[in-house]
Amino acid sequence: MKVFEGLKFKRGTTAIHRLDPRTKFLVSCMIFTLALLFTELLSIMILFIAQLPLIFSARIYREWSLSLKGSLTLVGIILLSNLIVGYISNNFQLSSQLLTYSISMAFRFVVLMSSFSLFFLTTSPDDLSLALEQSHIPYEFCFAFTTAIRFVPVLAIEAQTIMDAQRSRGLELDKGNFLKRIRNYIPILIPLIVGAIRRSLELAEAMESRAFGAKKKRTNLYRLQLKKSDYLTFLISFCILSLALYIRYNIPIPEFQIPL
Amino acid sequence: MIEVENVSFTYPSGVEALKEINVKINDADFIAIIGENGAGKTTFIKHLNGILKPTQGDIYINGLNTKKASIAELSRDVGLVFQNPDHQLFCETVEDEIAFGLKNFGFNKDAISERVTWALNLLDLTKYGKVSPFMLSGGERKRVALATILAWDPKILVLDEPTIGQDFHQKDKLRQFIVQLNSQGRTVIMVTHDVEFVADCNPKVIVMSNNRIIATGSAREVLTNFDILAKASVLPPQITQLFIKLSDLGLPQNVIDLYEAKQLIIDLTKGRLNNEGL
Ligand SMILES: Nc1ncnc2c1ncn2[C@@H]1O[C@H](COP(=O)(O)OP(=O)(O)OP(=O)(O)O)[C@@H](O)[C@H]1O
Ligand SMILES: [Mg+2]
Repeated sequence: MKVFEGLKFKRGTTAIHRLDPRTKFLVSCMIFTLALLFTELLSIMILFIAQLPLIFSARIYREWSLSLKGSLTLVGIILLSNLIVGYISNNFQLSSQLLTYSISMAFRFVVLMSSFSLFFLTTSPDDLSLALEQSHIPYEFCFAFTTAIRFVPVLAIEAQTIMDAQRSRGLELDKGNFLKRIRNYIPILIPLIVGAIRRSLELAEAMESRAFGAKKKRTNLYRLQLKKSDYLTFLISFCILSLALYIRYNIPIPEFQIPL
Repeated sequence: MIEVENVSFTYPSGVEALKEINVKINDADFIAIIGENGAGKTTFIKHLNGILKPTQGDIYINGLNTKKASIAELSRDVGLVFQNPDHQLFCETVEDEIAFGLKNFGFNKDAISERVTWALNLLDLTKYGKVSPFMLSGGERKRVALATILAWDPKILVLDEPTIGQDFHQKDKLRQFIVQLNSQGRTVIMVTHDVEFVADCNPKVIVMSNNRIIATGSAREVLTNFDILAKASVLPPQITQLFIKLSDLGLPQNVIDLYEAKQLIIDLTKGRLNNEGL
């Protein structure tokens, strides 16, 4: 559940919070692209460290680290699957190159997760919806998207309550072998899914009775406006991206390898 | 026996939901907890089977510190029925639903089928045994949830708002068997906003307000104390309100019970009639 906590918008007034959501989206996309461009452990580490000032200046360190902690299981899976596949295709030999590669692949996921979390932690769902609408995406889609995001924390709380309720009936989640443990989650998942479906039907009815979609053209009280800081961020991002592309194709990046 | 010693609890989000709670609940006690929305009632009872552990202080269930036991271990003795049955129903039939807890606690096959039948019967659900719990009405689902817990016969039964969504008839049955369970020696603790129900059950009452316990006493003491009730956003039972409005007639002001009220009014009118020499 901690992953959700790490993606929930946290109100704030820092410079990063005040950036236009479109700008932030672009920055996140840039980090995303950079992470995909490079495979060397060194460059991915630099990418990770370069995000830290942003995280600290947005004052979201606690939530951000929660989201990273929450993704540790997935990181482990990525690391293991890379190792196993490499191990088998490499004639069952474990090389230090393979180890380094697997670690950087896992670390790359951490970087992606972190850029995600930077975006969602500092962008309010309302702003996000406005940004989507102003990008001429049909309102129904914007609404569906932002509602989905808005309901994540609700769902997380509900999952917790369901877990408590089933534990009170003697369910022990971390008992038994691997398969048994997966089966243990059935009593949690069914009420959660049934509840989500029921809630979505209720939400639809409530929206209909408040005349959702009665008027084709909607107007908004607020309009997003790109500011100087946004243009500056665009410019910086563009420079970084160009530089990175140049380095990627013209300068060999030193590969250090983790010894076995 | 439940001993709550100087317990405070803060949710990870920073909300301080319990402040310095001290209370001792003996075996076979019958307790009602009342108080305003957000007073901390649900938070408190979630401590009794170890779902939540105190951030400060200790809770002992029959001498066992809840911090040192698993939820499953504690739940065998402390049956906690949640407010919303939809948070726990997931099986294909009501019977399976009731059997779930029994299986978890390691009852054998014969015992399971015996107890399932017993619990279905107790809560008027026999005809729904093979029905999916999702097809039942809200009030019926609530009774299924209760049956799932009662099935393993915990020594301490904790109920979060058991009367919600029950019609008069079911509420009266609920009262009867809560009282019965209690008289058979089980401890019953219920959280409720329904003061009439409390008056009918006549338990010991704990009043919570602003995350603290602000009063404890018999139902009669507490439900006729306007000051304390006002602090916890609770109105006394209507019959009590009526008798207080009629205090000019020299009627007692600590009436919570309908039958007592009836008797007093009969006496009063009889007295009047005699005085006027009719
Ligand atoms: N999971 C949670 N995380 C953070 N805060 C919570 C959580 N659950 C409850 N709270 C807060 O703790 C306080 C006490 O809540 P609690 O649910 O115990 O109240 P209650 O007395 O049961 O109220 P009600 O009569 O509405 O059921 C409230 O301020 C509530 O907002
Ligand atoms: Mg409650």
